[in-house]
Amino acid sequence: MEYAIKTLDLTKKFGDFTAVKSVNLAIKPGEICGFLGPNGAGKSTVMRMLCGILEPSSGSGEILGYDLVQESEAIKKRIGYMSQKFSLYDDLTVAENMEFYAGIYDIPYRQRRVRIQEMLELAQLSGQRRALTSDLSVGFKQRLALACAIISRPEILFLDEPTSGVSPTSRRAFFDIIHDLAQAGTTVIVSTHFMDEAERCHNIAFMLQGYLLAVDTPDRLKEKVIKGIMVRLQLPDPMYWLPRLSAQPWVLEASLHGLFIHVLLANEEAVERLYEITGHNPQRIVPNLEDVFISLAKQKN
Amino acid sequence: MNMNRIAAVLKKEFLQMRRDRMTLALIFMIPLVQLILFGYAIQTEVKHIPTVVFDQSLSSSSRDMLASFSTSGYFDVTNSVNSFQAITEEIDSGKAQVGIVFPPDYNHNLEKGITAPVQVIVDASDNMVANQAIAIANSIGLIKSQQVLTQKMQLSGQPPYDIRVRPWYNPDGITAYYMVPAILGIVVTMTMVIITAVAIVRERERGTLEQLIVTPIKPLELMIGKILPYVVLGYLQITVALLVGVLLFKVPIRGSLLQLYLLTLFFITASLGLGLMISNLAKNQMQAFQMSFFVMLPSILLSGFMFPRLAMPKFIYYLSYTLPLTYYLDIIRGIVLKGIGYQYLMGQVTALLVFSIVMLTISTLKFQKKIA
Repeated sequence: MEYAIKTLDLTKKFGDFTAVKSVNLAIKPGEICGFLGPNGAGKSTVMRMLCGILEPSSGSGEILGYDLVQESEAIKKRIGYMSQKFSLYDDLTVAENMEFYAGIYDIPYRQRRVRIQEMLELAQLSGQRRALTSDLSVGFKQRLALACAIISRPEILFLDEPTSGVSPTSRRAFFDIIHDLAQAGTTVIVSTHFMDEAERCHNIAFMLQGYLLAVDTPDRLKEKVIKGIMVRLQLPDPMYWLPRLSAQPWVLEASLHGLFIHVLLANEEAVERLYEITGHNPQRIVPNLEDVFISLAKQKN
Repeated sequence: MNMNRIAAVLKKEFLQMRRDRMTLALIFMIPLVQLILFGYAIQTEVKHIPTVVFDQSLSSSSRDMLASFSTSGYFDVTNSVNSFQAITEEIDSGKAQVGIVFPPDYNHNLEKGITAPVQVIVDASDNMVANQAIAIANSIGLIKSQQVLTQKMQLSGQPPYDIRVRPWYNPDGITAYYMVPAILGIVVTMTMVIITAVAIVRERERGTLEQLIVTPIKPLELMIGKILPYVVLGYLQITVALLVGVLLFKVPIRGSLLQLYLLTLFFITASLGLGLMISNLAKNQMQAFQMSFFVMLPSILLSGFMFPRLAMPKFIYYLSYTLPLTYYLDIIRGIVLKGIGYQYLMGQVTALLVFSIVMLTISTLKFQKKIA
């Protein structure tokens, strides 16, 4: 099996609205693929179709060699899914939630204790076994949801914005676990808003308005998409400067990143001119994924 | 079907049930409180109706007639007045519900052998009370007339007709005997329908259902796992209710308790089926509640719990055949009061079985492991 996930023109319509438009994906086993894009870009919809809980309007796909529409039940036995919204039982303890999912995935009785212990350790929840889920912090809940999603040792793991609302330290810890899983051979599909997380994915799928704009490794995306010189400027009044810089013919792109303005320039001459009109020395930077995304979005429109 | 998966759902449901102390307490308090409250409160026989008298005859015969009214136990003479105006006031104000008027020539007519009219005014704004008062007043009139006739004609020997009524199963007409089993049916169907409807809708609302449908669990496994704990709960409820009925209201259980428990299963599954059906249609818990009440009200009013089905228009009469409670009332009243066995109740059992199968099948088919 060359690809864990392969889709052909996957499309989903809700009435007149087309949420996902002809998405073609090919994801190799053991890969971490990050879905990046703004809210409403279609990331969750694609994921739900890949999990077999949402039927595509047209197009087709194969998950682990099973047909997306015809064999969705066979797929469900081999995947784990963690939805955007926390969806475990608040009134059960950590261990009870895990036992429930161990039962649902029909893990043999004798293996359950060991398996649950293993997952608790993996998710760093060993001390919380008896805690009521409603008493857990958001970060712990997230890891519990992950532990339940991987209790059957799925071949593919779908994580729909798993780290929203979680502290940066918890997010890093969470991604460390994901990397461990991928190293052990699990294919991971993860959607995120965070660029630092996206940087840690093997491949990134950029989505916008239902379209899949690009799929590649973070580095290659930067090279391919950003053609020119990326500089950073800290100007006293960025809101004043942004439209003025954008209006210059030699500025390919200008965007605001916190206190800084990132400007994409075509050549060395433009760097000089930027210095001349702003009076500030532009600092050359390696473009980040946000620049890539902004650039892709502009090209699209 | 995978037993491990069903067992997992079962265990989860019981754990959640145990943690939800409030609901659990309600499940036992509802039959207890409702039985005690309604068992005592609901009396279909109206006695001691406040009665006002306007006696213009003031004779021994008018007093004799009045005594017949008050000794019947149905009429309590609370006031005696001197004008029609006063009678109207008493009844308008609600102080009295019945007015008895003797005309001035009452005694005179009686003595001359002419029919002596007595006017009985009934406040019919309350149907139940009025019907009872009218029936009793009429029969008092008949009995008194017969007495007079017998005296006058010096008749001896036997009257031409003799109708002997024997009220079987509840000779003393104790309302509780009739109401308690029915209230039991109401309580069970109410909690079963609402609890199952809410149980699934709640999972949908909290998003736990979305997590479940990405797992390999089959709809039927989920349904069975979710329903079984409530069957157990239904039986516990019935046991509590029966105990209250027997201990507090001295309701005799004339038939087989075992048969009652066995046949009750069909009613519980029918109610659960209805609950599941609602959970499939409702988008949130509020809607589930509303729909449950939409189903409950006809059950209470049309099943024969409150009003005799024989009195209903034909259309409603047939409509009431679609309510599981209609059949269960036959079953529980039959077993508890009449002491009959399943051989007379097969029709009702079959109806409940069909109802359950239809509801559960539609619910399971409708419950797709898909979202939106």
